[in-house]
Amino acid sequence: MIEVNDIHKSFGDAKILKGISTTFEKGKTNLVIGQSGSGKTVFLKTLLGLYTPDQGSIIYDGTDYSDLSTDEKSNLRSKMGMVFQGSALFDSMSIAENVKFPLRMFTKQSKSEMNDRVDLVLKRVNLGDAHNKLPSEASGGMQKRVAIARAIVNQPKYLFCDEPNSGLDPKTATVIDNLIQEITHEYDITTIINTHDMNSVMEIGQKIIFLKDGFKEWEGSNKNIFKTDNEAVTDFVYSSDLFKRVQKMYLEEDQ
Amino acid sequence: MSYLHNIGQYFLMIKEMFRKPTKWSVMRHLIFKDIDDLIINSIGIVAFIAFFVGGVVTIQTALNISNPLIPKSLVGFATRQSVILEFAPTFISVIMAGKVGSFITSSIGTMRVTEQIDALEVMGINAINYLVFPKFIALMLYPFLISIAMFLGILGGMAACVFGGFASLDDYIAGVQMDFIPFHIVYAFIKTFVFAFLLATIPSYYGYYMKGGALEVGKASTTSFVWTSVAIILLNYILTQMLLS
Repeated sequence: MIEVNDIHKSFGDAKILKGISTTFEKGKTNLVIGQSGSGKTVFLKTLLGLYTPDQGSIIYDGTDYSDLSTDEKSNLRSKMGMVFQGSALFDSMSIAENVKFPLRMFTKQSKSEMNDRVDLVLKRVNLGDAHNKLPSEASGGMQKRVAIARAIVNQPKYLFCDEPNSGLDPKTATVIDNLIQEITHEYDITTIINTHDMNSVMEIGQKIIFLKDGFKEWEGSNKNIFKTDNEAVTDFVYSSDLFKRVQKMYLEEDQ
Repeated sequence: MSYLHNIGQYFLMIKEMFRKPTKWSVMRHLIFKDIDDLIINSIGIVAFIAFFVGGVVTIQTALNISNPLIPKSLVGFATRQSVILEFAPTFISVIMAGKVGSFITSSIGTMRVTEQIDALEVMGINAINYLVFPKFIALMLYPFLISIAMFLGILGGMAACVFGGFASLDDYIAGVQMDFIPFHIVYAFIKTFVFAFLLATIPSYYGYYMKGGALEVGKASTTSFVWTSVAIILLNYILTQMLLS
C-alpha cells in the first residue's frame, strides 16, 4: 500500500502538484487520470522517487520515503517495477537480456535460474518465442509486453505504468490492460497506472484518481465514475458522444 | 552563472561515478563493450590520420629548410618532436573529442530521451556509475591508441621523406634518434591520461544532463565537442607549462 500525504512539486515558478493526498491499495489497479498537463507524469515520477516532493510525504507500506538513506532508497526502488510510456527498453540488449537485467543486477541467481525465470515471465506475457529479438525488431505492443515482463521479473511490490497503452491499437491496448490487471491480482502488488484512455478506465479502474491542474479533483471507481456530477470529471470522461451513450446505457442498466 | 552551475554539476557527477558501484559481473561486460566501441573502433581512423599527418609534418619541415648548413637529419628530429610532444597526444585527442565524444554524448543522450536512464534509476541503479565508469576505465587504454599514433606518425614521416626525396632513410633515422629525452614520452603519456579522463567525462556529462528530444541530442553532441576541445587545449597549455618549462 502507498499513502500519499499532501505532496507539492514545483519546477521554478510552475507549480505542478498542489497538495495531493490519497491511498493506493495492494492488489488493486489504481488509475491516475486527467488531461495532458494535469500533473500525472510528475505525480508518478514523484511516487517513483525520480522527483523529490517540495512538501508532503509518501509512505510505502509504513516506510516514509523521505526518512530513508540513499542506499535504502535504492533498495526500495529495486522493489518497484515501472512500465514507461515509450517502453524504455535497452536498445543494445535482446528482449531476453532486457528482461534478465534486473535479475543480473539485484539477485545472486545462477544463469540457469535466471533463464528459467525469464522464460516463465516471457511466457506469462505471451512472448515465449521472442527471446533473441532486439527491441527495434518488436512491434509497439510487443515492446510494452517486454516492458511489463521486465517490470515484474524480480517480483516487485509496486508496479507503476505510465500510459501503458498509448500508441497501441484498441485490441492490443485491451490485451495490455488485462495483462496488467491479471498480474496485479496474481502477484498481489500495488499497481498505479497513469492513463487518459477511457477504455482502461472502464475496464480496469478499480480505483481512480482524477487530477486537474495539479489538484486531486475526484476519487472513486469505474462503477461510480458514471454517477458523479463533478463537472471537471464529466467534461473529461464524456468529451466523446460514445462515452455519453455508454453512460446512458450503464445508468439505464443500473436502474 | 550557468557556467559555474555546469562546472559544479560536472564535479558532482564525477563524485557520483565512484559511489555505489554496479555489480562487477555486469560492469565487466560494459567495460569490454566500451573498450570495443571507444578504443578498438578508433584504431583505423587514428592510424590513417597519424600516418598522413606525420608525412605532412615531414614535408613541411623539409620544404622550410633551405639552408645547406642545416643537416638533413633535422627533418627526422623535427617530425619526432612534433609527433611525440603535440600531434599524437593533443591533435589526436581533439579528433577523438569529435569521434568518441559525440558517440558518448549521443548514446547517453538518446538513453535520456527514451527514458532508459529513468528506467535504470527507477530500478535503484546508480545510472552515472553504470554509464560513465566503464567509459572512464575503457579510456584508460587510450595511451595504447596514442602509442600507435606516435609510431605511425613517425613512420608516415619516414615514408614521405624517403619517397619524396627530401632526405635519405639514414638521415631520417639518425634525426629520429638524435637528442632523445625519455621524459618527453612521460610528458606525452601524462597528458594522454588527463585527456582520456576529459574524453570520458565531459561528453558523458552533456549526454547525461541533456533535456529535450532528438534535436537536442545533436546540439548536446556539438556542445560536448566544443567544450571537450576547449578543456583539452587549456589543460595542454597548463600541463606543458608545468612539466616542460
